[in-house]
Amino acid sequence: MQWEVVIGLETHVQLQTRSKQFSGASTTYGAEPNTQACEVSIALPGVLPVLNKKAVECAIKFGLAIDAEMAPRSVFSRKNYFYPDLPKGYQISQFELPVVGKGKMTIQVPAGKNTEAYEKVINITRAHLEEDAGKSVHGAVEGMSGIDLNRAGTPLLEIVTEPDMRSAAEAVAYAKKLHELVQWIGICDGNMQEGSFRCDVNVSVRPKGTEKFGTRREIKNLNSFKFMQQAIEYETQWQIETLEDGGTIQQATVLFNPDTGETRAMRTKEEANDYRYFPDPDLLPLEVTEADKARVKADMPELPQALQARFISEYQLSSYDASTLTASRAQADYFVAVVNAGAEPKQAANWVMGALSAKLNAEEKAIADSPVSAAQLSALLKRIADNTISNNAAKQVFEGLWAGEGEVDAIIEAKGLKQVSDTGAIEAIINEVLAANQAMVEEFRAGKEKAFNALVGQCMKASKGKANPAQVNELLKKALG
Amino acid sequence: MALNLDDIKRIAHLARIQVSDSEAQETLTKLSGILGLIEQMQAVDTTGITPMSHSQDVTQRLREDVVTKTNQRELFQSIAPATQDGLYLVPKVIE
Repeated sequence: MQWEVVIGLETHVQLQTRSKQFSGASTTYGAEPNTQACEVSIALPGVLPVLNKKAVECAIKFGLAIDAEMAPRSVFSRKNYFYPDLPKGYQISQFELPVVGKGKMTIQVPAGKNTEAYEKVINITRAHLEEDAGKSVHGAVEGMSGIDLNRAGTPLLEIVTEPDMRSAAEAVAYAKKLHELVQWIGICDGNMQEGSFRCDVNVSVRPKGTEKFGTRREIKNLNSFKFMQQAIEYETQWQIETLEDGGTIQQATVLFNPDTGETRAMRTKEEANDYRYFPDPDLLPLEVTEADKARVKADMPELPQALQARFISEYQLSSYDASTLTASRAQADYFVAVVNAGAEPKQAANWVMGALSAKLNAEEKAIADSPVSAAQLSALLKRIADNTISNNAAKQVFEGLWAGEGEVDAIIEAKGLKQVSDTGAIEAIINEVLAANQAMVEEFRAGKEKAFNALVGQCMKASKGKANPAQVNELLKKALG
Repeated sequence: MALNLDDIKRIAHLARIQVSDSEAQETLTKLSGILGLIEQMQAVDTTGITPMSHSQDVTQRLREDVVTKTNQRELFQSIAPATQDGLYLVPKVIE
């Protein structure tokens, strides 16, 4: 049987605020245990929550960025459950009326082994404001758990998708896009190691072609894209095998073990979803007016979608190139800088997405730390455009720039990469090559087109790659005429 | 909606409240009374009325994002049953 995997994501995005969601305690990461846990964080009796304005603005920014419906009035609710790192016995969250409603994001799924790259729209169900819990520390004292409430009350925006994704690749593409977006609009630092961006992934499988969803299992707290990919692939396979062996899937929360690459059930959810939500009487309805939205919008950077549209209309880039370049703000800024310095946009796009991005990936560097500056890349592209160097030679110059060997023209000079465009010199090379490769010439004359390319290759080789390929082509045709 | 004793036990468990059988019986009567009242209220036509989420007709005031709290760990932990290295200690919890 053919199976189809159905995936939805819930992402907890830690908002970039100085103070907590409902109190003036600091949110700085890595402080000594409980030194940032005020009376509200530790839930002393009689304390009252007061909502953070900045956190609300972050939520509005996100809503604007995904073109979402936004609730003019949203409500905070208590989600009741017992755990030592939640001293109130409830988490303040939003349930029936979240601040951000339905929106959408367009993701770019990269080409896989047997698939082309494609775009897909992922529907966002909602995004709501809530507070984080504290942390439990195990093993410090025999038979006890230690509780650190520094994180308790940290502002979170939980972003929930529809079950729209159909592969691990799509889920990862969405998570990456969301990760870039929240940093782009400046609401989250995106630090996954410190838990600023955590994904819960709901996975179920169903026979391909059927409508009804299978029973889902939720993979909790994935904090790297690599683990997300592995966890979804393992979980999908496990569910398919279980069903094919005649078993059934129980709704459960599972954890991913990076060491074994496996997922393991954490607790079954028989009492799940019985959080007995009710409106928190300590908090009044949150009002978001058109004026609030306009004020926040004025403070936002140009969004990826807008920038994409501009790249397509102004620079005539393909939609795929435009969305790839706007995958991160740093990359988009870099590309614009290359073009503004005089490079041809399509060529600039190819180099930024090609050679530069490959090199950055290989050395695990961010584009902001690229050893080749936008100005240098632009200067290099100009030398290709004015026929000083060939594309191949340009790759060597790029390596030189990367290694810090100097500026473009100096490297071209030092490596002797200047392209030969002198007709006489190229003709001389062609004559030599033709004389030495009579057999190929015969083949070409006998109608073998491939022999022509082989001869071009020989000429390029004889010129040590310096001959202008277009000219070689043209003159060789003439010579064989 | 009719409640039974099992519902009461389950609700009590979720709230971590211990109830004896006689207390559960008593609670069943009281809770059923409340639900009965709500059932009567549901006969009222509320078409076009925005559901109320708070008894006061005002909206939330917001606080500027400024750190105003100082570290008072010593004071807070002086009334905690057990602490070590700045952590509050609780009976071991295992996932």
